Amino acid sequence: MSEAAPSWRDRLLSDAPRSRREAKLGQLYRGWLQFRRNRLALLGLVIVVALVLVAAFAPWIATHHPYEQNLAQRLLPPGSQGHWLGTDEFGRDIFSRIVYGARITLYIVVLVALIAAPIGLLVGTAAGYLGGWVDAVLMRITDVFLAFPSLILALAFVAALGPGIENAVIAIALTSWPPYARIARAETLTIRNSDYIAAARLQGAGTGRILARHVMPLCLSSLTVRVTLDMAGIILTAAGLGFLGLGAQPPLAEWGAMVSSGRRYILDQWWVATIPGLAIFVVSLAFNLLGDGLRDVMDPRGKK
Amino acid sequence: MGGPAISVRDLFVTFGKGADAVRAVRGVSFDVAEGESFGLVGESGSGKSTVLRALAGLNRDWTGAASIAGLDVATRDARLPRIAQMVFQDPYASLHPRHTVDRVLSEPLEIHGIAEVDRRVTQALEDVGLGPAFRFRYPNQLSGGQRQRVAIARALMLQPRVLLLDEPTSALDVSVQAEILNLLKRLRATQRLTMILVSHNLAVVAHMCDRLAVMSRGIVVEEMDVATLRREEPKVPYTRQLLLASKGYDRAVAARMTNED
Amino acid sequence: MSALLEVEDLRVTFQTPTGPFRAVRGVSFALGRERLGIVGESGSGKSLTGRAIMRLLPANARLEAKRLAFDGVDLLTASSRTLRGIRGARISLVLQDPKYSLNPVMTVGEQIAEAARIHGGIGAAAARRKALEMIAAVRIRDPERVYRLYPHEVSGGMGQRIMIAMMLVPEPDLLIADEPTSALDVTVQMQVLAILDDLVRERGMGLIFISHDLDLVASFCDRVLVMYAGRVVEQVAARDLASATHPYTQGLLKSLPRIGDDRAELPTLSRDPAWLEG
Repeated sequence: MSEAAPSWRDRLLSDAPRSRREAKLGQLYRGWLQFRRNRLALLGLVIVVALVLVAAFAPWIATHHPYEQNLAQRLLPPGSQGHWLGTDEFGRDIFSRIVYGARITLYIVVLVALIAAPIGLLVGTAAGYLGGWVDAVLMRITDVFLAFPSLILALAFVAALGPGIENAVIAIALTSWPPYARIARAETLTIRNSDYIAAARLQGAGTGRILARHVMPLCLSSLTVRVTLDMAGIILTAAGLGFLGLGAQPPLAEWGAMVSSGRRYILDQWWVATIPGLAIFVVSLAFNLLGDGLRDVMDPRGKK
Repeated sequence: MGGPAISVRDLFVTFGKGADAVRAVRGVSFDVAEGESFGLVGESGSGKSTVLRALAGLNRDWTGAASIAGLDVATRDARLPRIAQMVFQDPYASLHPRHTVDRVLSEPLEIHGIAEVDRRVTQALEDVGLGPAFRFRYPNQLSGGQRQRVAIARALMLQPRVLLLDEPTSALDVSVQAEILNLLKRLRATQRLTMILVSHNLAVVAHMCDRLAVMSRGIVVEEMDVATLRREEPKVPYTRQLLLASKGYDRAVAARMTNED
Repeated sequence: MSALLEVEDLRVTFQTPTGPFRAVRGVSFALGRERLGIVGESGSGKSLTGRAIMRLLPANARLEAKRLAFDGVDLLTASSRTLRGIRGARISLVLQDPKYSLNPVMTVGEQIAEAARIHGGIGAAAARRKALEMIAAVRIRDPERVYRLYPHEVSGGMGQRIMIAMMLVPEPDLLIADEPTSALDVTVQMQVLAILDDLVRERGMGLIFISHDLDLVASFCDRVLVMYAGRVVEQVAARDLASATHPYTQGLLKSLPRIGDDRAELPTLSRDPAWLEG
């Protein structure tokens, strides 16, 4: 055992990796060693991983069905009769609803990231690299989107498309890509005139190839950091839409909607609104801590 | 082949427009013969690197005529990458920070659909004096000299006939500079390269080149063969001043320097 | 003989995740009112030695020395107040790139005048006169015009002269110049060196000139320390540098291309591990 452990570690930290894959893994491992030193970021990672696990194994973790009503047991306080976190106004188990709510939160966050980040990356790098009128047009469009307060714009979208979780995702994605485009463009502007891009051009690489293989990988790290930091905002916007009744519709166990429906009982039965609120708070904080840690590791400006 | 490998005629390069326009190169002409090593010497702002970048095709805003191996540089002929390649000054800035050496060297092969990537990459590393152990390293795992070797290997992947060198050793320590200069000299002989070497260092040019042009403020003030330089017999006062200044500090010489501010 | 600066067994150690890194390992020298050159390649510890004298080191660096004294004042035990009084006022530091050392939103003249006000305790008008005088002293032709320029409006050579003017305002006894002319063209470099040269001669200032350029140091300085891997491997009078005995110094000199010679290959340096302890 004590023989095997140092050997893979040595190989990862070796100065002479034997394949591209090994080089990549070695790089990742060094990043991890650096990341690991940041306690708070590690805490963030643990919470995010826990969120993913809870979402994946929701049916096994939940003690009750999230939508099962039991009017005889409505508004029970935490800790009573097998309801760890109490029940809501329909007698549904709050713990189980939080567990299933993790799925919705994750669904929203991942979907928004998958839509917004690539749009931002594409628009930003193309604008930054091509310059000229392409840059002018793309960035003015970006400015138009940036000029709207995102929650209001999302509200308008949802109002037009109808409430529902898919539309909420589309609305949030449409309002969250402009900052990514800005970041990607700024990054691209500094990369564009570098010697390694000049070298790629001299080798005959086309614009598409340079963008995809040389420029985008360099924008990816700062974008990843920013998206992670924005996760908290996305969760809050989704919760906000849910709270306003424009996101997830009943009986879906979305955390924002749960806060919204619990607010009527806030004075007498505080837990109905507070517990989903706490869940939102903890997960947002975790994404922020994780993003901070990632920034320390991935942002090239932080290095040396 | 016949005819010069590289020909530059009445090259003018202007940066910016209107009142802010800077005329960086003002009518430069020279020829470089097949297999020759030609030096472009000058101080910063003399336009020497600008000439090289225009020739490489990295700058398009120029007028005049420039051709490499008979191909007009202005046409962006698709054959040019396989004829002329360039090595940059700063090895810390000329390698992609997220690409392994292997990726850096195989990229040009992939672009041009050249087979036997594995063998060629190994061979290229060997040619520049780096062993196979370096193949999967990232630039941040290499020293400055090793990076410059990788940059030279990259420039040679497409087996060009012309190598454009922009101050290839000015960012390196002197002992490493000697290694890189030796390597370039050896490669020039074995691969029969035509070279243009841009440098502010007269000694480096004297060591590497057959012929040189001295540039100042966008024009060539003097062209000479390297024997003239070695005998220290330049005709133009500017070149003589450059020569004196490059020989170390001398209070009397400093007093005679013409101030250009 | 009373030395201006005494350095004995100077050590700088960095704490890194992989253990301590000893960047400067026991450097000793004494400096009078002369031009002392420190040469070495990157990583030799020459710049750190200069900064250690100013006690300007990064937070993760540890400084040790048997003795580090400037004009009789022990710099190791001096209070930060005493140090502030010495730094800038009696020891000045000129770095390679003036662009990073000048404030971009103040004209260069104002910056020099400010330095004069702080160090000299003089009024605005007197400070302005002093600044103009200093600008003229570094041989800038039209001081009145240059006074009003912003750092981005001046060339590299002019910027470096302005930096030197600013450092000279308090009339320091010791100037530490770290590659002050490496970013400059040879002709401008000569002019800047001539200014430093005159200051040493006329004001009796001590100068530590840190550079990678052996020829330059040999021709400009009185005495040269050759550093390798954090240690001084050789100390030699500048005019005797060509006949230096240490194989490292010899190797460096031989590996330089020269205008007159026609060697086909340059001898490269093979580093002997024994030099590390050497």
